[in-house]
Amino acid sequence: MSSRSSGSPHPYIPATDVDRARMLERIGAPEVGALFADLPAAMRDPAIDLPPALPEADLIALMEEHAGANAAPTRPEFLGAGAYRRSIPAITGYLTGRSEFATSYTPYQPEISQGTLQAAFEYQSVVCELTGMDVSNAGLYDVASATAEACLLAARVTKRRAVALLEPIHPGTAEVVRTYARGAGLGVDTVVSPDAIREEHACLVAQQPDFLGTIVDLEPLAGAAHGVGALFVAVADPFALGLLRAPGDAGADIVTGEGRDLAGAPNYGGPSLGLFAARTKYLRQMPGRIVGRTRELADGNGGGEQRTGYVLTLQAREQFIRRERATSNVSTAQALIAVAFTITVQALGPSGMRGSAVLCYQRAHDAASRIAMLPGYEIPERGPWFQEFLVRGPIPAADLAAQLAARGIGAGLDVSARPEPEARDALLFAVTEATPDAHVDALIGALAEIGGAA
Amino acid sequence: MSGSRPGVEDFGARLSFDRGEPGRRAVDVPSWAGEETPLPDDRLLRDSVRLPELSQGGLVRYYTALSALNYGIDSGTYPLGSCTMKYNPKVNDTVASLPGFARAHPQASEEDVQGTLRIQLELGSGLGELTGLPHVSFAPAAGAHGELAGVLMVARALEDRGELETRRRILVPDSAHGTNPATAAMAGFKVTQIPTAADGSLDRATIERELDETVAAVMVTAPNTLGLWERGIEEVAGLIHEAGGYLYGDGANFNAIMGRVRFGDLGFDVVHLNLHKSFSTPHGGGGPGAGPVCCSEELAPYLPTPVVEEGDDGFVRLVAPERSIGRLQQFQGNAAVLVRAYAYMRALGLDGLRAASGQAVLNANYVRALLHGHYDLPYDRPVLHEVVFSGSRQRRELGVRTYDIAKRLIDHGFHPPTVYFPLIVEEALMIEPTESEPPEAIEALVDALIAVAEEAKSDPDTLRHAPWTAPIGRLDEATAARRPVLRWQEDS
Repeated sequence: MSSRSSGSPHPYIPATDVDRARMLERIGAPEVGALFADLPAAMRDPAIDLPPALPEADLIALMEEHAGANAAPTRPEFLGAGAYRRSIPAITGYLTGRSEFATSYTPYQPEISQGTLQAAFEYQSVVCELTGMDVSNAGLYDVASATAEACLLAARVTKRRAVALLEPIHPGTAEVVRTYARGAGLGVDTVVSPDAIREEHACLVAQQPDFLGTIVDLEPLAGAAHGVGALFVAVADPFALGLLRAPGDAGADIVTGEGRDLAGAPNYGGPSLGLFAARTKYLRQMPGRIVGRTRELADGNGGGEQRTGYVLTLQAREQFIRRERATSNVSTAQALIAVAFTITVQALGPSGMRGSAVLCYQRAHDAASRIAMLPGYEIPERGPWFQEFLVRGPIPAADLAAQLAARGIGAGLDVSARPEPEARDALLFAVTEATPDAHVDALIGALAEIGGAA
Repeated sequence: MSGSRPGVEDFGARLSFDRGEPGRRAVDVPSWAGEETPLPDDRLLRDSVRLPELSQGGLVRYYTALSALNYGIDSGTYPLGSCTMKYNPKVNDTVASLPGFARAHPQASEEDVQGTLRIQLELGSGLGELTGLPHVSFAPAAGAHGELAGVLMVARALEDRGELETRRRILVPDSAHGTNPATAAMAGFKVTQIPTAADGSLDRATIERELDETVAAVMVTAPNTLGLWERGIEEVAGLIHEAGGYLYGDGANFNAIMGRVRFGDLGFDVVHLNLHKSFSTPHGGGGPGAGPVCCSEELAPYLPTPVVEEGDDGFVRLVAPERSIGRLQQFQGNAAVLVRAYAYMRALGLDGLRAASGQAVLNANYVRALLHGHYDLPYDRPVLHEVVFSGSRQRRELGVRTYDIAKRLIDHGFHPPTVYFPLIVEEALMIEPTESEPPEAIEALVDALIAVAEEAKSDPDTLRHAPWTAPIGRLDEATAARRPVLRWQEDS
């Protein structure tokens, strides 16, 4: 560092010693440390143990080493359970990588943020089309927190103090609902049948497809909820909605979902993207940012054309205006992930969304039927299913997963501890449109080998 | 009406849905060549989805055109107060996209994600060192999510003490971000507002009067949203603890004090940090961020699930703390943001982070010195990372609002500062240059602000109708809220 002693302290910090001296003189301060004089002297500049700074090449090498400590990214992988391997068009990452999108802040100044705002409007439009709902916000953190927000909304509008979650629902979603509900003083009941919903429930929440992969007929669930004056909240996989009936058409009042899989790589779960769409009558109770379409002011400078533009709107719901009476505390959420989600869905288009969903369905069913033909294996079905299926093998589920791992294959999630009888001794496998044929073949081969030895 | 000026398209009037032609497509989806499984019953299926049909090049042009309407930190100076718009290092994006990280499945076994978990372990230990609060959870997705974690932790700790029924109030300064009171309410508490004293610090007399057995916590932003240090906060912490409450720290402004002073040493019990501010991860026009919570030994059992811990065997595990408030997300948080933040920490080291906080503070004081006299400065004392001027003189004497000043600054090539916040400053102009702006950029920003102040006198109408050079002029926000149009419609 000595050779740079008069230079800038770091490539990310441009001011040189000469700059600093000039600035300090202008301010009238002897040194940078003097600017911190208000901090308690006894506590200033404490000893802190951090690893030393790395130049860029060393940093990359270190990060490659860390990345290499994860499982090989090329390994056959059959985990689903809330995160699914999807075919993401190359243009999605290319376009969202543009720094005008990536390095901007929340669009508080619409005149120089139309890119973010119009893209968010595209996102809201796409989410409404997929879910069959009237209105969407611009996105929340993830499906679980979005579902928790849906429960809080339902409690506000019904003035009821409990919510009902229909099993099988993702345990992570259920747990986040409980976290939020506890803070708000709401009860959370898990139910195995819609008949269990009561008049004290603000809403019934059901997942589509459910946690074990089964496609759910949402209409009777909506009927049961509405029968006791509760809202119906559908937690739907937006990719599956390329094929499955829109929850809005089946009577849902709020639809939440996870958008990460269509936005890009799984990234160990995050960044995620919480979809949140609702009926118009709940618009002013919705959490999060909402983008609206408008025109230039007539007395503005647009030359009188009053061109179309986009703004953050209905902000009277939000924390920075309403403070403790806001509909939610959400501020920064997942805007860039929403843009990525939108580009993927629009790149697929109407034929691609349906075509991909059908391809996913066919590939998953083909893999399942091949496994079912192996001696010692069965596929316990609970009804029609989409991309995820239960596999019960000749040896206990945990052993089967371990044996597959020993063969370099990531098994499905062990669900053998769940209460549903079909899940007994079972692993939950996901096969999607993006699972390579060779991976499915490797799985079948490994399962046959394990079965033969059992 | 559109098109009356040659070359000026009403670009916003035509969404992707209005472009393209039926039958075009941006990607091919192969059809299934194997044996067909019958689809489920029709009542479970839909006919089609209404979506645009664009060619690949058409879609790329549309979103490229959209991006060109945006202003990012790579475009120029972005002095948005309280948002810490510093340079976003590109190597962070490069390393976050390494396939080993990117393709890690959130349900993968711990054996399969040791690289990811070790990064979180080391980042957590670095944040623990920097904050003096060694126990960390990365579950929160953003700052407000971290606030919710912290306040729920306080609630759970009080419950275990048998005092949750009686301690129903959280004290929040009137200068706080709106997320603070909104979070307190979401966690079931009542908010009592604490006024700001004449010197810009918390009003000590009010705090002392309000502190009693009904107070659960005090939420303090340090440095505060005026860019000022909370003088005597370490003594206030003592008073809060004597009264049986907790001190929550909003770390949104951590960039000012990285390596200079530690929340834990000052007596804070729990803080959240905004890694998309202090730790340089791109904000993406509104996320993704990351809002880790760091806390004391006493509150550690309540941290959100999961936390990462290293065993004696060197193996890193995900653990649910004993009295955890539970999960805040379905999975483990915004892992790819954490990879970027870790890369930032490793690129700077302690000396680099201290240089960053030092330069950020120097830059804000440089703005303060250069702009002094041109705008009012209601709290006129040395600042930390940001400085809050007021346009009240311009409003009173010239009928020009801060809103107009901000819009005119766009014509001068800058993203405007944060305006009308904090709420306690009339016509507020909150300027945070960050350490990544060189002095010449700061001088240019100040020159532009001075030029706008002069224009406010000589030609106020130019300000009232600004911006003139932006992709679009002032928009009718009132109608947008009164008659909301929130999605594409076939005939819109």
